[in-house]
Amino acid sequence: MFGPLTTKPGTSKANKTGSWRVKSRPKFLQKNCIGCKMCTVVCPENCIVGKEKNAYYCEYFFCKGCGLCANICPKKDILMIEEDKEEKEKK
Amino acid sequence: MDNKPLFIAGHTACAGCGQSLAARLVIEAAGANTIVANNTGCLEVFSTAFPESAWNVPFIHSLFENCAAVASGVEAALKFLGKKDTTNVIAQGGDGGTADIGLQALSGMWERGHDILYVCYDNEAYMNTGIQRSGLTPFATNTTTSPIAEKSFGNPRPKKPMPEIANAHGIPYVATASAGYPQDIQRKVKKAISIKGPKYIQIHVPCPLGWRHESALTIDVAKLAVETGLYPLIEYENGKLTARQIQPKPVEEYLKTQGRFKHILNNPEAIKQVQEVADRNIQKYGLRLEKSA
Ligand SMILES: Cc1ncc(C[n+]2csc(CCOP(=O)(O)OP(=O)(O)O)c2C)c(N)n1
Ligand SMILES: [Mg+2]
Repeated sequence: MFGPLTTKPGTSKANKTGSWRVKSRPKFLQKNCIGCKMCTVVCPENCIVGKEKNAYYCEYFFCKGCGLCANICPKKDILMIEEDKEEKEKK
Repeated sequence: MDNKPLFIAGHTACAGCGQSLAARLVIEAAGANTIVANNTGCLEVFSTAFPESAWNVPFIHSLFENCAAVASGVEAALKFLGKKDTTNVIAQGGDGGTADIGLQALSGMWERGHDILYVCYDNEAYMNTGIQRSGLTPFATNTTTSPIAEKSFGNPRPKKPMPEIANAHGIPYVATASAGYPQDIQRKVKKAISIKGPKYIQIHVPCPLGWRHESALTIDVAKLAVETGLYPLIEYENGKLTARQIQPKPVEEYLKTQGRFKHILNNPEAIKQVQEVADRNIQKYGLRLEKSA
């Protein structure tokens, strides 16, 4: 053996990086979405899920709140809203 | 795109990291039948915190300097086993690992003609160790080893011309790409892996922490670098150049988005010198879009 070997691939979901969010998080309004997928394309966390229009959502367990999805949405159908402390603790 | 995500959540990159975004786009475009060798650097550190891994493909972490050599060995072994035709090999690393310390191994990989795609994630400094300047840090950048002071306005040197150095090796495919153009990254990766032989793609990836901009602006900042001519999107196919055309914007529009250039915003002489860098690119690669009447 050459030092540490990670034998199980795709295991990083053990890190719930959503706890890093400090200021805001994306809210998917699911109203004017055209299903262009740009939010999923630019998400650095790969934590936006969805296939049909108006049905995209974000896995807050992993979202770090960077805001790239809201910034790229051509329909302004994703808003960055203030992080709700209580709800964050629930999750 | 395959059903199984090849690069998953839970990695520990900073919020808005351009490199994590680009790395996912690259592996999605390359597909599941890919082996990745990765230099030491942010990407390897944030995606493979022991004992977890964000990768769903075979992944080998080399030293800082020898990723291209490790990948060469992987490729040679696949050839021996008769599996090279069905397996892609990607070697990847940061700008420091590519243009400085790993250049010798990379030059060897190109010169020996290995069937490998090398991807350089260019965040324009040694980010993982705290923003030291590299050979790919642009002119006038404030880094911890090219600080600003009375007689210094940041990095005194221009970027090392890596695409030209790659092309001079006579390899079949060289390209630059940008996190601001996700579909373009994937098109170039797909084209590269369809070509046999050594390939080089250098992707401009904003680093919100090191460049000092808001995390939500990663895509916008990357786009501005292209639109000003400071980061030309070019391709060399068997030496033949094609470039993405632009209607050049003044470089200030790019510089003012980032804290690493804040010190030159009221220094017209320095801005003029940065504009000259862009103008030279526009001239050299024929970037200016001719307006059709
Ligand atoms: C031989 C050697 N020297 C120095 C280091 C320390 N080191 C680890 S990562 C890194 C910086 C990597 O910079 P770059 O390749 O640009 O990647 P980035 O972190 O910016 O993505 C350095 C200097 C090392 N691991 N090995
Ligand atoms: Mg770097």
